[in-house]
Amino acid sequence: MLRIEPGARHRVTVTVNGRLYSGFAEARTLLSDFLRHELKLFGTHVGCEHGVCGACTVNIDGRAVRSCLLFAVQADGAEIGTVEGLATDGVLSPLQEAFRRRHALQCGFCTPGILISATQFLETNPDPTEDEVREMLSGHICRCTGYEGIVRAILDVAGDAS
Amino acid sequence: MKPAPFEYCRADTLDEALDLVAEFGSDAAVLAGGMSLGPMLNMRLARPAAIVDVNSVADLSGIRLVGDAVETGALCRQADALDSALVGDDVPLLARALPFVGHFQTRNRGTLGGSVCHADPSAEIPLALATLGGDVVLRRKGGMRAVAAHDFFKGIFTSVREPDEIVTALRWPRSEPKTGHAFDEIAQRHGDFAIGAAAAVATVAPDGSLAAVSLGLGGIEDRPVLADLSGFVGAPATARTASEAAALAAGRVDPMVDPRASAAYRRQLVRVLGARVLERAFERAGARQC
Repeated sequence: MLRIEPGARHRVTVTVNGRLYSGFAEARTLLSDFLRHELKLFGTHVGCEHGVCGACTVNIDGRAVRSCLLFAVQADGAEIGTVEGLATDGVLSPLQEAFRRRHALQCGFCTPGILISATQFLETNPDPTEDEVREMLSGHICRCTGYEGIVRAILDVAGDAS
Repeated sequence: MKPAPFEYCRADTLDEALDLVAEFGSDAAVLAGGMSLGPMLNMRLARPAAIVDVNSVADLSGIRLVGDAVETGALCRQADALDSALVGDDVPLLARALPFVGHFQTRNRGTLGGSVCHADPSAEIPLALATLGGDVVLRRKGGMRAVAAHDFFKGIFTSVREPDEIVTALRWPRSEPKTGHAFDEIAQRHGDFAIGAAAAVATVAPDGSLAAVSLGLGGIEDRPVLADLSGFVGAPATARTASEAAALAAGRVDPMVDPRASAAYRRQLVRVLGARVLERAFERAGARQC
């Protein structure tokens, strides 16, 4: 059993994008805030903080989840994937490249979460229908692009993979 | 929006979790997936003194056959239930309801038991459990009880769970032969809370008449409700019967009123969604005979 008193700072060690990080978090510190404020990984964005907008979506132990609905102390020991880990040596991932080609972002605020979701979605469902892509995207809010470019970009990559 | 300070307690075993809820009583909130509790904490609608995190309790996971029921551990993630062949084959109503629950990203973390404990009147999982006549299994230190879903929900965000109890599992009756299931809802956006939801289960006899029929309604009253359609047993499993049964159910509900919908609108949803899911369930029950 682990007990952390209110206000106490607890050491949290996580692997983010293959690299070990360690920092301190109060029990109530959201994972999204821990990533940004403590680990200085600013790629993960914070929007609504109640699980609706999807901007803060990260991959934890293989699944895309809301980092604003997890406490940092819950993620102790976890493998976390964020948008910073998608490119390799400065080369965009095929999905990121498709986002650029299809103009699937404008301001880019929602993009990190969508990329993380879509990456895991395509791992589990490599050849989705457009409807399935749109259903997955219903978990993200984008106020710029109108989603068309995002759908096209994801389908581009799905087509390449199949 | 950040949660107010709380003591964080991570239970590694069910006994530890039961000790913790016994210690804190109504000052504790049990944390499973956190898809409902998280927003309430962040918005400070909930300010518990302690959080009892049960995510490390292995006994609360899994999907298994227990007699005539499929038992899902309270911590079973919605995404895992959706991927489960056992759920798809033996609890088709749950499999049909789950795509309406939140989004891909929240189903990855959200749990079946957490949704039932939260007792949102418009939630799909409680509606499916109530429609099927399933049970909620609760444990407390030195005790255990199973409560019929129909008796578990008491109102908006309210259930019969006592502060020193933890929901450990849900029991879903296995589907009978020649039985069809259907689920549908109306929400402002896909994945949002339903303004109205309907779930139907129907068993069709070889002569095409209804051997059994259930219609559950969510988001209409302050808890999932079952329409009494006993008068339709023996009626032909036709679109007309579906329509008549839904009209009867619509006449008997006592709908909630909120800024999203009036009572009259919700009553109309019962008529429309009720007829739709009943007809689909009839078709699916009939298709199994072929």
